[in-house]
Amino acid sequence: MALFSIENVSIEGIAASVPKQTADNLSLDLLTEKERELFVKTVGIRYRRIAPKGITAADLCFEAAQKILQETNTLPSEISGLIFVTQTPDYIIPNTASILQSKLELPKSCVAFDVNLGCSGYVYGLSLAAGFASRIEGGKILLLVGDVSTKVISQRDKSVVPLFSDAGSATIISYKKGSHFYFNLQTDGAEYDDIIIRDGGVRNGTNAQSFIEEEREPGIFRNNLQMRLDGIRVFNFALREVVPNIQALYKKYNFNLVETDFIFFHQANKLMLESVRKKLNVEAEKVPYSLYDFGNTSSATIPLTMVANTRKELSENKNHLLLCGFGVGLSWGSVFLKTQNICIPELIEI
Amino acid sequence: MYFSPMELNVFVKRFAECLMNDDSKIVTVQTEFKKLEEWGSMMALIVIAMVDSEYNKTLTAEDIHAAKTVEELFKIVEGK
Repeated sequence: MALFSIENVSIEGIAASVPKQTADNLSLDLLTEKERELFVKTVGIRYRRIAPKGITAADLCFEAAQKILQETNTLPSEISGLIFVTQTPDYIIPNTASILQSKLELPKSCVAFDVNLGCSGYVYGLSLAAGFASRIEGGKILLLVGDVSTKVISQRDKSVVPLFSDAGSATIISYKKGSHFYFNLQTDGAEYDDIIIRDGGVRNGTNAQSFIEEEREPGIFRNNLQMRLDGIRVFNFALREVVPNIQALYKKYNFNLVETDFIFFHQANKLMLESVRKKLNVEAEKVPYSLYDFGNTSSATIPLTMVANTRKELSENKNHLLLCGFGVGLSWGSVFLKTQNICIPELIEI
Repeated sequence: MYFSPMELNVFVKRFAECLMNDDSKIVTVQTEFKKLEEWGSMMALIVIAMVDSEYNKTLTAEDIHAAKTVEELFKIVEGK
């Protein structure tokens, strides 16, 4: 197990941004009226945010980055690294982090690269950002995490449309003596095709066949350039793996769930997360949900929930937090960290 | 953690609770659950979550596909 700690790092600030355009699952044509009600009640998602054509994950993250630099009084020249976690980059080549480095006017001395991860991406991104920040005294790393998943799904696929939503985020991780992050990161590539876009990469390429939309199951129409999600397999994966991952982390470092103030889960499905919460025997008040208002925003759900649901608590107090992401890959991980007066500007709407 | 006893009548009761219908539709051991009006992919997730929390066992899509009646589903869960 990849259980490790990174010393002398802290979260200085977090900003999140969402598109203004909102869709309501209670008026989604793909579902019957009964299905809509059951979906909102069980999965927990009512509203979704949809990026307009031409707005990318990089654009949403850029706005969040500008905001957090401004609110923390950080000069671009103080940034030592930019990590962009996304599965919806601007281009296949080059990496989008380079473009963002230039657009944000960060110095050429800055390390910048993309990471291709989704639901686990914020936790993985924190491990990379913390790794750099801990080795650069006075260093600050900009972690940009976001996706526009609505652009890579079929609008005629009822297994994905009511779930996915768009958002971006920006987190500043900086060197801080005496403050540590503790991780448990895991992977199981045997189930890589549970969440997949089959064509458009080098393995299968793109051909005329890629664009042909077919009905895969009743109510599920898509082509091979659009995301496929095996909901039951992913559901069972989360039920199976999330709790042992957290328990192993807590056991290794002798942490206590009673002393954990908040657990921020990847916002996938309320039924799934409530099962996990009950298994961990954690009170409902400690597990915030942004699902109802913002849906599943892929890699951005954790920072988005921190901003949308607990802005006051995180900006005014000391807190012990557990963040846990899981999904596409399959990839999952948790991080335990302490925070104090994080700078959290109001949610940005674009 | 408490788990439900592996008894057919308890399983039928838990299954019926998953359907959450107000008109107290009668679910029996012989009910062909996939023919119920309420059945669908959402309901499958609810039953999977119930089996996970009540019995600490994993029900797959293939298991659900293989079972016709509630009793057959119970036997699959019992055999795990």
